[in-house]
Amino acid sequence: MSYFAFLSEHGPTMLLGTVTTIKVLVCSTILYVIISLIFGLMRLSKNPIIQGTATVYIEFFRGTSLLVQLFWFYYVLPFFGLTLEAFTAGVVAIGMNFGAYGAEIVRGGILAVPKGQWEGAFALNFTPAKRMRKIIIPQIFPIILPPAANLTVELLKATALVALVTVVDLTFEAKQINSITWLSAQCFGTALLIYYIISRFFLVPFLRWLEVLAARKVGKDKI
Amino acid sequence: MNAEWRWDFAIEILPQMLWATLNTILAAGVGYAIAAIVGLLFLLGQRTPIKIVNMINREIVEFIRSTPLLIQLFFVYFVLPQFGITLSAWVCGMITIGLHFGTYLSEVYRGALEGVPKTQWEACRALNFSTFYTYRKIVLPQAFPIAIPGMGNYLVGIFKDTPLLSTIGVAELFHAATAVGGYNYRYLEPYTIVGIIFLTLSIPAAMWIRKLEKNVNLAQGKIKKEQL
Repeated sequence: MSYFAFLSEHGPTMLLGTVTTIKVLVCSTILYVIISLIFGLMRLSKNPIIQGTATVYIEFFRGTSLLVQLFWFYYVLPFFGLTLEAFTAGVVAIGMNFGAYGAEIVRGGILAVPKGQWEGAFALNFTPAKRMRKIIIPQIFPIILPPAANLTVELLKATALVALVTVVDLTFEAKQINSITWLSAQCFGTALLIYYIISRFFLVPFLRWLEVLAARKVGKDKI
Repeated sequence: MNAEWRWDFAIEILPQMLWATLNTILAAGVGYAIAAIVGLLFLLGQRTPIKIVNMINREIVEFIRSTPLLIQLFFVYFVLPQFGITLSAWVCGMITIGLHFGTYLSEVYRGALEGVPKTQWEACRALNFSTFYTYRKIVLPQAFPIAIPGMGNYLVGIFKDTPLLSTIGVAELFHAATAVGGYNYRYLEPYTIVGIIFLTLSIPAAMWIRKLEKNVNLAQGKIKKEQL
């Protein structure tokens, strides 16, 4: 069976799986960005309870494996009467795991804003909330976007894991087709290629564009 | 199904889980050793003065880095037998982890080498040291401390990615938990124990790496004792 015959027969199925993969990618990216901003700010709080909560959350999610968390969400939560759909469990597990890594990036970004900016806001008598919202947060994006872009590419790769909790994504379809046809090289090769294309030609250029945009917003593009 | 945590069951399966943890640690160690060597090979490919080799090397690294480890595992495990090479799940897993994380480690090495100031190279040139001597006595001793945090992070990273090996049937911790859970129809205790074991191993490891980093910086004179 030639590769083109393989593609014409199984290509549409794989494309359907790719759509699911992209859905997981988009949903969990949104979730992880929100979580990282919240926990990154909490981590810098002066209140020991808020800061402690964030530290425990971050250490817990960074200390255990994503796969373990995923299975925990999908197989163990039903014990506590909370049954998540496979897709939801996948998105929540990935979002919370990467949110923990992202929170550290956000924390580093906030700390990296030059001291003069803090002092300037203080001198102008801004309230702490307003200082954060109007002065500090807009400036962290050029700092945090490069590491966050790396993390997002990692997230795309991590979406493959949701196949193991029966989300019908690209990996799941590849496995399925493999078990029917035993054309392993073709189906896993195609899946690898699709992930590569998503990452190289869509995700990475998009993130670079965001970086340029963020740099322009604070007038750093002329350097 | 009830939400009660059963201590008797947890204690009953604990020895089995701890035994499987040894397999996980072994897998992480062997995988890391392979990755460290593969990383050197990729670094070599990157630093050879032949343009075409650089280009091919970069594309390979880029491809491996932007595709999921899980599918790479499947690829190696299912495709190699088609070409007449039948390897055990263990060997396949180690090769894949070595290749995957080798690309990351090569970036760490590269960053460390580039972190050595250019003037150091120029001084060696001025003193007429050979390239080998420059690397051995001047560049590598300075590059190593820069590489330590990155290398340590990927050791923990590999450790946390070993559960993926269970998908191709390597009998490590996560595989044991799934087997025990399926046998007894109880997933609460096995998966929770796995989580706890991972936490108790990776948090001290991360702390140890942070301490190592500080010690090396201290020994290098990059930070003073008072700053700690």
